[in-house]
Amino acid sequence: MKRIILILFIVGCVVATIGLVITRPQRVSAETLAGFTPDADRGKLVYAAMGCASCHMAPGSDDQTRLPGGKAFLTDFGTFYAPNISSDPEHGIGDWTDEQIATAVLRGTSPDNQHYFPVFPYGSYVRANPSDVVDLIAHLRTLEPDQTPSRAHDVGFPFNIRASLGGWKLLFTDPDWIVTQDLTEQEERGRLLVEAMGHCGECHTPRNIFGGMKTDEWLAGAAIPGKKGRTPDLRAPSLEWSAADIVAYLKTGLTPEYDSAGGEMVDVIANTSQLPDSDLSAIAAYLLLIGAS
Amino acid sequence: MRKSLIAGLAIAGVAVGAIAYADNHVSDAQKEAAVKARKAHMTLYAFNLGTLGAMAKEEMPYDAAAATAAADAIAALAQLPQSGYWLPGTDNQSMEKTRALPAIWADGSDVGTKAGDLVKAAMEMQTAAAMDLDSLKAAMGPLGASCGGCHKSFRQPDE
Ligand code: HEC
Ligand code: HEC
Ligand code: HEC
Repeated sequence: MKRIILILFIVGCVVATIGLVITRPQRVSAETLAGFTPDADRGKLVYAAMGCASCHMAPGSDDQTRLPGGKAFLTDFGTFYAPNISSDPEHGIGDWTDEQIATAVLRGTSPDNQHYFPVFPYGSYVRANPSDVVDLIAHLRTLEPDQTPSRAHDVGFPFNIRASLGGWKLLFTDPDWIVTQDLTEQEERGRLLVEAMGHCGECHTPRNIFGGMKTDEWLAGAAIPGKKGRTPDLRAPSLEWSAADIVAYLKTGLTPEYDSAGGEMVDVIANTSQLPDSDLSAIAAYLLLIGAS
Repeated sequence: MRKSLIAGLAIAGVAVGAIAYADNHVSDAQKEAAVKARKAHMTLYAFNLGTLGAMAKEEMPYDAAAATAAADAIAALAQLPQSGYWLPGTDNQSMEKTRALPAIWADGSDVGTKAGDLVKAAMEMQTAAAMDLDSLKAAMGPLGASCGGCHKSFRQPDE
């Protein structure tokens, strides 16, 4: 562990020094968002597909309309706390522009041009559609304001240097798709839902010592940070589930053996169960391609 | 309906109450038997859900009598006294071959509420299963979610 920290420290410093120029935080421009008409009703489904509530609800709460933050994320680098993203102008993001919110979600960059930590899964969201995010923002603006102050992260030096995340982003975030073969329309929809919006890889793909996803072991199952146990391998030959099995699981949490999901997957299912069957079938169609040669 | 719901919740409450007292006289063999028994209890939920799930997935034709029997079994199981096999000291930090998390026995644990949620969802399934296939399908989500609600906080994902 000491060695890892040392390596990280050095890499972090080097990257921070030589990288500041090429690793400048990126933004989503207002032009990118112009031309889409916000639809808050559609945005509710985007919100479910992207799973914002799983992280930003109060710890232990099931109320997806309240986003005070406070949930803790234990990692090898320290403990992060999800911030308040309710529509409160002081404690939440009520006074942010659409461009600022879209930039946070799609690029991991704050209104004052700082990098966010990748526990906020922008490394997946970077592949999402700006049009969906426009609808998402319209939905977020309909949710109740909440006055809970955001809690500071408990992350020590050198990991707390946000500038060094520029190097991390350069190395480990990639707006390109993981699966690049020719896909049917349904499989493409599944790819968008899994690789981008549902950020399934964030939990189901193993990470290297820097916390970057090992994309050559895409969805192969991974250790759960700060806890015992692993997330399962979702590659078709290991999972051995039919499309109907996958759809039923994402709707009810019940496996083909009629055991039920546990752990954080329960929060994911609270979201996927809101999606139309066509989306769940698309996820299934995509998953059945993974690992099949 | 209301009466048995209250009974179910009371049982859940008793279960937590019994869980709360620490007993130092429980032998390792008794603890292992307890773990086996509760897993068997869980397996019976899964077995009966299998009937309902096969109908929901349309792998098997809807049959009101068979669906009702399965829903009744789940509701009955959910209301059985279970404190005997949720013994303190049988969590996954203290022994092998269990995925039960210590949080079950921690102060302020809401495991009783979760048990109560299952009783409620199972009773709703009893009504739905007797009605028609669409009602059964609609009740699968909440029933599955009530299992998951407890597994989320109290069962460790597989190794
Ligand atoms: C896996 C957990 C997770 C998910 C899912 C998630 N977030 Fe976050 N989010 C975080 C964390 C942790 C931070 C803090 C990052 C930091 O401080 O660097 C954050 C930060 C933010 C911020 C910046 C807030 C501020 O005060 O600077 C916004 C805005 C945000 N998230 C919106 C969203 C939206 C919208 C979604 C869904 C599309 C979402 N988040 C999904 C964990 C998550
Ligand atoms: C009140 C909490 C609670 C509820 C409600 C609950 N479970 Fe469980 N379940 C557990 C715990 C804890 C374990 C882990 C037991 C162990 O490993 O000792 C478990 C284990 C299981 C197992 C694995 C058994 C084995 O052999 O290892 C299955 C299958 C299962 N549950 C199915 C279900 C189903 C289906 C439902 C809903 C009908 C359900 N459970 C409801 C707490 C619960
Ligand atoms: C926050 C972390 C997290 C995210 C995000 C996540 N999962 Fe999971 N997933 C888990 C965990 C943990 C389990 C194990 C659940 C258990 O203990 O029963 C799991 C289990 C599963 C299983 C069951 C596999 C089996 O063999 O039992 C499937 C299928 C699955 N996930 C699909 C997905 C899909 C599809 C997505 C994206 C829409 C997704 N997951 C996103 C954590 C996650």
